[in-house]
Amino acid sequence: MTDFLAAIGRFFLAFLAHAGRLSAFTAVSVSHVVRPPFYPRLISREMIEIGYYSLPVVGLTAIFSGMVLALQSYTGFARFSAEGAVATVVVLSMTRELGPVLAGLMVAGRIGASMAAEIGTMRVTEQIDALTTLSTSPFKYLVAPRILAGTLMLPFLVLIADIIGVFGGYIVGVYKLGFNSATYISRTWEFLMPLDVISGLVKAAVFGFLITLMGCYNGYYSKGGAQGVGAATTNAVVSAAIMILVFNYIITAMFFGK
Amino acid sequence: MTTLPPKIVLTDVHKSFGPKVVLDGINLSVARGESVVVIGGSGTGKSVMLKSILGLLKPERGSILVDGEEVVGMGQRGRDAIMRKFGMLFQGGALFDSLKVWENVAFGLIQGQKMERSKARDIAIEKLAQVGLAASSGDLFPSELSGGMQKRVSLARAIATSPEIIFFDEPTTGLDPIMADVINDLIVKCVKEVGATALSITHDMASARKIADRIAMLYKGKLIWVGPAKDIDHSGNPFVDQFIHGRAEGPITMELRA
Repeated sequence: MTDFLAAIGRFFLAFLAHAGRLSAFTAVSVSHVVRPPFYPRLISREMIEIGYYSLPVVGLTAIFSGMVLALQSYTGFARFSAEGAVATVVVLSMTRELGPVLAGLMVAGRIGASMAAEIGTMRVTEQIDALTTLSTSPFKYLVAPRILAGTLMLPFLVLIADIIGVFGGYIVGVYKLGFNSATYISRTWEFLMPLDVISGLVKAAVFGFLITLMGCYNGYYSKGGAQGVGAATTNAVVSAAIMILVFNYIITAMFFGK
Repeated sequence: MTTLPPKIVLTDVHKSFGPKVVLDGINLSVARGESVVVIGGSGTGKSVMLKSILGLLKPERGSILVDGEEVVGMGQRGRDAIMRKFGMLFQGGALFDSLKVWENVAFGLIQGQKMERSKARDIAIEKLAQVGLAASSGDLFPSELSGGMQKRVSLARAIATSPEIIFFDEPTTGLDPIMADVINDLIVKCVKEVGATALSITHDMASARKIADRIAMLYKGKLIWVGPAKDIDHSGNPFVDQFIHGRAEGPITMELRA
């Protein structure tokens, strides 16, 4: 019995230690994001990596999501003769939910993993210690530019994903389901409100912050050699994905909750 | 022993990781301009000692003075100022693999001292020449160099900011005997030229004899012998005798079961 309780206690203490360390890491990181000196070269390099090079994968995800959304909602809505709502359903689902969440998850896989692996390797090869001995804060040099770039670039990526997704829905709607092109477009705009898009972009910024934070955090505290870096990479992606889904609910409730 | 004011003073420094005691009351004083080498087997806490002085690890107990200033528990701002006095050669080199060789050497100048890139580049090329590398190697990436060349670049980076104190973490480990001697010569030459205080850790006796003014031996978390390098062969200490002659039999028993 005491063994069992000790196990629970150990788990609980480890959880608290982890939560405390993450909170401290977040606080220090954010303080370095807002304080000079800044590194424009590093920030722009990360922005290109996160924003530009993620476009193909995010675009592909978005177009097929938009297409399947049109197809599914058409067959579903046909059961109660509401096919006319397809365009509205596609645009609202994309901007409010699927755009940010799918882009977030794809970027978590792409960027979160590579950040954790890169910073983790720097940790185990003592490059992070070397930074400190060269009078450069690893937070300032490694963490802050990544978090800043992620938070700024994700909204742009999501805006593009929204447009591509709606376009995917349009292709299926017009060329497969036989909607009139002009009607589909006007239906798309008809019920769309600025808040639908804005809420999605706010989500995107939060997701960008979470992805880069988890990537940097897990890399920064990775231990051991190749195995430790591997574990850090896995943890970065899994924790970012879970946090994206949790925060997606929280932000949705804040914007649209009654 | 010496009348110069001590540069680094360690008094009763303790550091453990969980239940494992690594440093168990270290007392060591390094005079200005002196070169002290700490010898000891693998895993006896030599690296931990260096990292404690650098503030990369925080000892639980004891005091570490650098130029008379207490660095244990020092705030970030004071730490930044102290760090400028240090240069460090890491065991694995710890070169930044995303930067070119000359950018590595110039890193402390550009990031730490905010020097212009073109000026820092000139100094970097000059330092590379000091360690026997051609200017053309400056445009390569660290991964394109051999192990010995990487060590030399690392050495150039450690001395680039003309630090007052230089740490060498196993400078000759993993090098062939000739390259090891080349590195030893470079260390002696560089330390003399810069007039720096040097603290090295190694288990390579040839290297220790060459670069040390004084040698200290670390065993089970304590310095069991400290004396001038020329006395190492008649220390009268059975532990030291066993270590410098590399005998398997003696008072030091390898703990084969971890």
